[in-house]
Amino acid sequence: MSLALSVGLLAAAGTFLLLQRGMIRIILGFVLLTHAVNLLIISAGGVARRDAPFIGGDTSMAADPLPQAFVLTAIVIAFAITVVMATLAIVSRDDDDTELDTQTENESDTEQNNQGSGSVAERGESA
Amino acid sequence: MMELISALMPLFVGAPLMLGAVLFVIPNKHPLQPIIGMGSLLALLVGASTLLAVTSDGTVVSHQVGLWPGGIAIAFVADSFASLILTAGTLVAVISFLYMMVSGESQSPAIPALVLILMGGVAGALLTADLFNLFVFIEVMLLPSYGLLIFLSRRGQMAASRLYVVVNLLASTLFLAGVGLIYAVQGTVNLAALAGAGEDPATAVATAVALAAIAVKAAVFPVHGWLARAYASASPAVAALFSGLHTKVAVYIVYRISAVIFEGQSAWMLAILIFASLTLVVGAFAALGENNMRTLMIFQMVSGIGFILVGVSLFTPLGLTSGIVYMVHHMIVMGALLLTVSAIEHTYGSGMLSRVSGLRTREKLVTAAFVIGSLSLVGLPPFSGFVAKYALVLASADAGAVVIAGLLIITSLLVLASMMKIWADVFNGKRETDVELLAARERIRTREGLYEDSSISDEAVEREAALAIEHIDPPRGIIGADGDPHDHRGTRVSVMLILPALMLGGLSVALGLGGEVLLQLAEQASSGLIDTGDYVKAVLGE
Repeated sequence: MSLALSVGLLAAAGTFLLLQRGMIRIILGFVLLTHAVNLLIISAGGVARRDAPFIGGDTSMAADPLPQAFVLTAIVIAFAITVVMATLAIVSRDDDDTELDTQTENESDTEQNNQGSGSVAERGESA
Repeated sequence: MMELISALMPLFVGAPLMLGAVLFVIPNKHPLQPIIGMGSLLALLVGASTLLAVTSDGTVVSHQVGLWPGGIAIAFVADSFASLILTAGTLVAVISFLYMMVSGESQSPAIPALVLILMGGVAGALLTADLFNLFVFIEVMLLPSYGLLIFLSRRGQMAASRLYVVVNLLASTLFLAGVGLIYAVQGTVNLAALAGAGEDPATAVATAVALAAIAVKAAVFPVHGWLARAYASASPAVAALFSGLHTKVAVYIVYRISAVIFEGQSAWMLAILIFASLTLVVGAFAALGENNMRTLMIFQMVSGIGFILVGVSLFTPLGLTSGIVYMVHHMIVMGALLLTVSAIEHTYGSGMLSRVSGLRTREKLVTAAFVIGSLSLVGLPPFSGFVAKYALVLASADAGAVVIAGLLIITSLLVLASMMKIWADVFNGKRETDVELLAARERIRTREGLYEDSSISDEAVEREAALAIEHIDPPRGIIGADGDPHDHRGTRVSVMLILPALMLGGLSVALGLGGEVLLQLAEQASSGLIDTGDYVKAVLGE
């Protein structure tokens, strides 16, 4: 149950961050999302059996090694891609059209601010 | 002989990865770079054709990696379907790389290495019989693709690369979740052990999660929007390379999973049919609305994915055969058209329909490549498109899906309309000196490594254009009746630059005239998809 809740929580947080505009938030979202999937795979192997294999000779309670191997591979891949994305976040930052969009929004917000619209003004300041 | 081929199978993945690593060590612009790059791509093509020759009689070659017993080992397996797609994909890669060599793109840092690693991933994804391994190979395929997009992106635009990375990573994560769910339900991710498991509803739903992720990668409606954005700012040669590899590998996986896990259950195939027909119509309409040659072609690509998926959703022998024929045809023709567009963009610096005009009298070879490619895409004889579309329409009508058959024909007319749009604007438009100015601006931009057109002064452009008109002689026999050579002097797309597109166009004609060969191969491939017994036996090593 706690595993299912953690998967859900991580997936929800990851999805939320993924829908943000800044690249750094997207990267963090992916980190959370891959964690969610990793936990999902671990739970796919069953969590009731969690003893080490080969010790004591009783394999009936040994943990399933295959999901662990999957997760290990997935972690390595996710790490590599996180590095690629972090590079992308830095390389030619001024070309980031998502950031540009936010700026123009802010600018238009400020314009409306000048026209005296109160709620928009607050948003413009906080952003 | 069979044992030798079987033992060498891991080399399809291992050799490109290894040689790619070697290329990273060799300095840039070293003459060995293109030699090793092209050499290993050609070797891969020879290997893939050998595999195709061996499997064309229905034999399934497999290799248990590490010689573990079947069922425990992660197997590489090649049936005629995998070999056919591998051969066609490698062929497109060879010709795209040839274009990169001519256009000088292969001299950018690490490009040959990235292309090789990409091919290793593609071969792995096509040959593996394990779903988790498939995920790994898709990642192996994507990582060099990110590099190719970034290094060769036009005018230093990173935004599209970011979009590409994010969308593909999201799809991969979803696919991994699907694989995890399949493992939870079935306790295995070996495709052969999962044969027919789609009858169990829980497994079917888990597989559907994985399929949904693959659909994103294949750019199926409604998750096709990223493709045009991401590919539009890539180098055109990279777009041609990706169109032959990425989306087609995704479609291949849809075929494989539908056949092995779902065994063509009608309920699931109906779902695929609905999305496929929406994709082909939406893609064709979207292409009609584009005002840029490249994005227009990319939406044609989306539409083509719909055509191919109609084949699998019918799941009759003729349906699968025609779908596979269409897949091979589409890889080749999309490659030809995108490389034609590449050559134009490379020379004139723009693919906007409103900017480039009057190429018909200027560029005979480019016009020929475009005409061959577009007529083949529309589906007229004697091109490969005719064979593919005729078979597909016949298969739909045969399976009782008359509405789909009609849809296919109407969509072909839409494709014709969008090709006419390019023809009218770019090729048949009034011959204007503007084109010369465009070419001059592009030359200055490339020479000085500038990103923005605005940083080039108009005087410099006019000087450059005047110089070109003065010094570049017209091709032989192009001077018209008016006898004024100055009218026709100036920049031309070089013959070498358009040659790759013409080669693919020639291949399309050959496959149209000799459609029988391709049809037979595809028939063999489809029979292996309908009766998966041999495939399962080969993977489990029985």
